[in-house]
Amino acid sequence: MLTPSYVAQQVINALNIGSIYALVAIGLTVVYGILRLINFAHGDMMTVGAYVALAALTALAMPAVAALLIAMLVVSALGIVIERLAYRPLRGAPEVAMLITSLAISSLIQNGATMTLTAQPRPVRLPAELTQRISALGLSFAVMDVIIIALAIALMVALTLFVQRTTLGIAMRACSENVRVTQLMGIDVNRVIAVAFAISAGLAAAAGVLWTGKFGIVDPFTGFLPGLKAFVAAVIGGIGNIPGAMLGGYLLGFAEVFFVAFMPPEVSGYRDAFVFVLLLIVLLVRPSGLLGAREVNRA
Amino acid sequence: MLSVQNLHVYYGRIHALKGISLEVNAGEIVALIGSNGAGKTTTLATLSGLLRPREGHIYFEGRDLTRLPAHQIVRLGVVHCPEGRQVFARLTVTENLRLAAAHRTDRKNVARDLEYVHQLFPILAERRNQHAGTLSGGEQQMLAIGRAIMSRPRLLLLDEPSLGLAPMVVETIFRVIGSLRQHGVTILLVEQNAYRALQLADRAYVMETGYIKASGLSQVLADDPAVKAAYLGG
Amino acid sequence: MKRLVPLIPIAVVMGLAGLAQSALNDYYQRILAVIAINVILAVSLNLTNGYSGDFSLGHAAFMAIGAYTSAILTLPVRMKAVVLPDLPPWLGQVELPFAVAVVIGSGLAALVAFIVGIPVLRLRGHYLAVATLGLMVIVQVIALNWQPFTRGARGINGLPPFTTLLWAYGWMLVTIAVIWRIVHSSFGRAMMAVREDELAAACRGVPIFRTRLLAFVCGALFASIAGALWAHLITAITPSSFSFLITFNVVAMVVIGGSGSITGSVIGAVLMTLLPELLRRFETALAIGGQPLYGLSQIVVALMMLGVMLFRPQGLMGRRELPEVLAAMGIGVPTRPSRVEAAGEKTAQAQTPG
Repeated sequence: MLTPSYVAQQVINALNIGSIYALVAIGLTVVYGILRLINFAHGDMMTVGAYVALAALTALAMPAVAALLIAMLVVSALGIVIERLAYRPLRGAPEVAMLITSLAISSLIQNGATMTLTAQPRPVRLPAELTQRISALGLSFAVMDVIIIALAIALMVALTLFVQRTTLGIAMRACSENVRVTQLMGIDVNRVIAVAFAISAGLAAAAGVLWTGKFGIVDPFTGFLPGLKAFVAAVIGGIGNIPGAMLGGYLLGFAEVFFVAFMPPEVSGYRDAFVFVLLLIVLLVRPSGLLGAREVNRA
Repeated sequence: MLSVQNLHVYYGRIHALKGISLEVNAGEIVALIGSNGAGKTTTLATLSGLLRPREGHIYFEGRDLTRLPAHQIVRLGVVHCPEGRQVFARLTVTENLRLAAAHRTDRKNVARDLEYVHQLFPILAERRNQHAGTLSGGEQQMLAIGRAIMSRPRLLLLDEPSLGLAPMVVETIFRVIGSLRQHGVTILLVEQNAYRALQLADRAYVMETGYIKASGLSQVLADDPAVKAAYLGG
Repeated sequence: MKRLVPLIPIAVVMGLAGLAQSALNDYYQRILAVIAINVILAVSLNLTNGYSGDFSLGHAAFMAIGAYTSAILTLPVRMKAVVLPDLPPWLGQVELPFAVAVVIGSGLAALVAFIVGIPVLRLRGHYLAVATLGLMVIVQVIALNWQPFTRGARGINGLPPFTTLLWAYGWMLVTIAVIWRIVHSSFGRAMMAVREDELAAACRGVPIFRTRLLAFVCGALFASIAGALWAHLITAITPSSFSFLITFNVVAMVVIGGSGSITGSVIGAVLMTLLPELLRRFETALAIGGQPLYGLSQIVVALMMLGVMLFRPQGLMGRRELPEVLAAMGIGVPTRPSRVEAAGEKTAQAQTPG
């Protein structure tokens, strides 16, 4: 059973899932870093992204790349709108207020999709060139597998460059340390937060498109569980920390895939439970995560 | 240049400022002294837009700042260098400085100001790629002032620049404040070290529990027996 | 005489429950029972989410524990041999009275809350939200996979319909009475002190961690009772009966009613049971182009929650209780004012202007 090619297959699988978790976790961590908001509606951004891409792909017969871009743009805009209408009025309220609001938005998206699109899962038919399988080095994998990994890495590199090099990126990091003082630098904090939400939602949309591309199906609840798991990934890496979210995403991907692949079949049904037990253990042993700094008190 | 009229500020139900009025003229150094909790920091935070007054007005060169968001106040040239340094610990020294100049469009002057900051505080040039969190307290205060300079202030609101620093560093900081005035920056200075503040400032206001208790020329206040007894240790 | 005053509403509620049980048809009886169960859920969730300031999303998990425990313990032995043949013999042979099963289930839920609470409550409040949601997933996954005890996805059906209105309202009154006493005891004041300002509470010698843990454990205990009542009302349970939807709706009840008010939780529970029930009729009636509007009632719940957060964050009742409201209107016995209304406002003005 444990042939080298089986193991290699699982590694590819883990890199796939891990890439997607990493993208989602980055978005959570960016917003959490600035607003201390655990955004429960974040996973639902994946769902919206997947639906938009599906519509672009089928109804508008767009090429896959265009569908991905459209999905990212639309969902980024949605992220900005949600921040403006639902979160900004609550700035300065107890942090639980925004958390409750995000729960409500999550429910709104899920049930809105149920009402307009029905809860029926929709199959996603990818263009043939994406499902085509390649055999190399004794391995066989789909083109989609490679695309997921490559695209995720490309997005992460782009984000890292943005955050490290640009003024807006510096402002984002400054905000995650202290929003008040960032204002004193002449920075329009509302704009920075809007950009953070746009990036966060856009990455989630990309992750949603990749996720449905991999599993071939989308329904109104597609993103919710991966969204929660991405939070686990963010906590593992150290919440608020972007490299931490990437690391956490891949670690979680590997842990989850290997749990299913190498444990006896009667145990593998406990995969999702395993993920959250992992969360409890991390919270117990190292609550600041692998790369996280200790929580800085804000003035 | 700055005219503050009858400012009332509340924290929830706590009435923190109870009708503050003050003036700062171009080119002056004005000190705001008083004991802990008198409302000095609250005054500065209100001037820079971090707090909203419930009553009263703030005019800067005739413009009403009272309802302006904090970042726009900075862009008008009123720059607040907050108490406790508040540098961004996880940004490098250069990033801290760059951020403060981010809203400016006069790129040439930004480069010149950076040079000026490096010249005032050579240690910052040496440590430009270090995270600000790794700097010593004195160096962080230098960075905080450097950052304020990068925002090109015309009126600098300086909150407790000497707090918790070694005497040597305090000397440096006060020297720099003096030289900023030479460069045409007007300064409103909040200091607990009333003695040093009165030495440096042209005029001063004395605050107590949310009120302005006294005001006048620094020398006059420094000789006032009541002020002496309360703030200058007899 | 004055000590007997609280007995009057209790007698009235039980009398009405008894009357309703004999007079109303099954549909209305069921709705009334669901209201009682939701009141138990909301009031107990309020203990953490409203009073001690830790935001828990794990109520469905504790409900599931109570429901499955009671189901396994009360199912008649003969049925158990058929439905759950792989139970260990000592469990397969027992058949306990409902009340005993409920108590055992709540003990189990409290134990789980205790074990989970120790790592999780050491962190800031909102980590608890995700960790308890994780707990819900864990419990659901176990219910789905632990075939010998739960029958997996098929669930357990044919449970004895023990949950009469008298049982439901009896447990509801017990819940309200106990939680009312907790909140108005020194322990309750400790919880509120922790919520308002943890540092200040610690300085005054409040054992922060123990206080928060106890609130969490108590909440779990009563959620489990509600779960058992639910199981024996519907008489069938599956893992998906205890999904995030339940938790969300209970959170909505607490938030809309007013976190930190027992009266508010009761009102929220009644409102949030009846309203979706009414709206569900519209879902099929308002069908556009022949397609029913499934999800409409949940959308309304979500919108109400958003509206409350934006325009009345303290909820309908704020932190007031019924006796205070009555007293303010000049009715009934005045109670000692024990609220700490002002403290919550302190932070509001000093924050970043938006």
